Amino acid sequence: MPSPAAHKVELVCPAGSLPALRLAVDNGADCVYVGFRDQTNARNFAGLNFDDAALREGLHYAHRAQAQVFLALNTYPQADSWPRWTRAVDRAAELGVDAIIMADPALMAYARRTHPQLRLHLSVQGSATNHEAINFYHDHFGITRAVLPRVLALPQIRHVIANTPVAIEVFGFGGLCVMVEGRCALSAYATGVSPNCDGACSPAKAVRWEQTETGMEARLNSILIDRFAPQERAGYPTLCKGRFAVDGSVDGEPYYAFEEPASLNAMDLLPELVRAGVRAIKIEGRQRSPAYVAQVTRVWRQALDACLADVDGFHVAPAWTHALAQQSEGENVTLGAYDRPWK
Amino acid sequence: MRARIRLTLGPILYYWPRARVFAFYEEMAHARPDVIYLGETVCSRRRELRADDWLDLARELAANGSQVVLSSQVLLESEPDVKAMRRLAENGEFLVEANDMGAVRVLQARTAFVAGASLNVFNAQSLQLLGELGAVRWVVAPEISAAELAPIQAARAPGMQTEVLAYGRVPLAYSARCFTARHFRLQKDLCEFRCLQQEQGLRLRTREAEPFLVLNGIQTLSDHVHNLVGALPQLRDLGVDLLRISPQAQHTARILQLFRAALEGAAGGADSSAIREEVRALMPAQACNGFWHGLAGMDEAAA
Repeated sequence: MPSPAAHKVELVCPAGSLPALRLAVDNGADCVYVGFRDQTNARNFAGLNFDDAALREGLHYAHRAQAQVFLALNTYPQADSWPRWTRAVDRAAELGVDAIIMADPALMAYARRTHPQLRLHLSVQGSATNHEAINFYHDHFGITRAVLPRVLALPQIRHVIANTPVAIEVFGFGGLCVMVEGRCALSAYATGVSPNCDGACSPAKAVRWEQTETGMEARLNSILIDRFAPQERAGYPTLCKGRFAVDGSVDGEPYYAFEEPASLNAMDLLPELVRAGVRAIKIEGRQRSPAYVAQVTRVWRQALDACLADVDGFHVAPAWTHALAQQSEGENVTLGAYDRPWK
Repeated sequence: MRARIRLTLGPILYYWPRARVFAFYEEMAHARPDVIYLGETVCSRRRELRADDWLDLARELAANGSQVVLSSQVLLESEPDVKAMRRLAENGEFLVEANDMGAVRVLQARTAFVAGASLNVFNAQSLQLLGELGAVRWVVAPEISAAELAPIQAARAPGMQTEVLAYGRVPLAYSARCFTARHFRLQKDLCEFRCLQQEQGLRLRTREAEPFLVLNGIQTLSDHVHNLVGALPQLRDLGVDLLRISPQAQHTARILQLFRAALEGAAGGADSSAIREEVRALMPAQACNGFWHGLAGMDEAAA
């Protein structure tokens, strides 16, 4: 006997460009999230994101297919650039986005005051890991949804959901921050560019590759993040994915001191997430190609539909796993913090 | 005329044995910083001191003449974490440093509080908002530069005190994972409390042996020691009210003395270059001040 889920669970997919947005919609995204072309969002990369004309066209395309568009305004404005962020809120409201995803409390207050009809979501950059924090943003700014940092285990997610009126969105797939989002200044320490204020981590402009006798070296602002032997896959030198050695340890060998490079795939846990009452599953990767968006959206649409139709009978089809593995950065996938093998 | 800059002692970020914590604060009672922040902010498994022990210590240090502030844990994941934070926030006796918006929610409208550095206050508008909720002091996020701080200072409400980290390894990141346990190939929940044996964390070097970061359980610190002893005139001009010294394994009392001397030096003509040199000599690693100068945090600009 199938047991349909009691509530709707939305599939929220990334788009860094208009073609990616169209493919997300075509492949079954309920919602697509995007950013403007500047440091007002946490994927401030060259050549990525939307100007007003592209966003207007994207909104039209999505709305015609009954899909929603969320705008990420999830970095922290600084004094000299405050008007840029408030202007971004105004543009979002004028263009008619379905929700804005924010982290800065004062910017939320501005949006609430100036555009009371505009739906507000709390970004993962807001670092809200507990119900008191989420309810803080609900009390003051009326947020209707919060995206949880990728650090909570399933029982903790259940507990948060039981104690807040705010709909909870979690990451299902994509790149993985091992640090709490919004509480990581590693990139700022090493390069001066921070996710919080500049919308980028371990920025490409600070990366230097160099082939040496001992292997391919990847540096970030001159700091050696890793060195790869010829047979090793040389990953992008994101700071927390590098190999380092601990002083005075018995075997002083460099190792992945923070985490093995792996990307998140929580599809195995989809029934648990649905039963927990999660209201939306988010796919990471606005910086990825339209092909990635299309493939990942298609597979997750199938999986989510199957799970919502029969949550108890759900299992992951091998073809889905295979298709997703091709889109993962690096060969390894992990269930991340949801299921904590290291706990 | 502006009030003098006060010195504060941040919470101990490392996990020290119980006896060592008491010995440390006995020493601090003699050094008598203007403000002492107490409590475990990093990991809920660290329980050498219980909540009541911290309160007893708080009373002793307060009776000795320092203002005592209880610091809340930064990363609150489980209900026991939230409950412990609530008990701290409702202590009814001491000011609390809120290091998570969850703590702000519990403190707001109840009592005045200190807005901790992990609240991500990056603009005057957010500071204003926290002030309206009861914040009487804010600790500036370490990644904010002097140039970014200036307009926030200019716009802050009267009575809002500003505290800047002036000395110590910088807290850079928090994770659900424990990197110390990982290093020893232990499960987080069966970590054998290995942090107790690392009085200043585990120093991480790059593959070419350059010191880079420090692992402190679920927290990652800078290897380099953030040091603003050379920026005191600028801090004073910006109207900064308090400077924080973050406890290191050694020489914390002396560092407090040196900063005090440097602060008084401007008036009393003490030899500031000798003070700066001694501060530098006592550091557990090389100095940095890049954040303050708008550079990469680990860089060091001439003061």
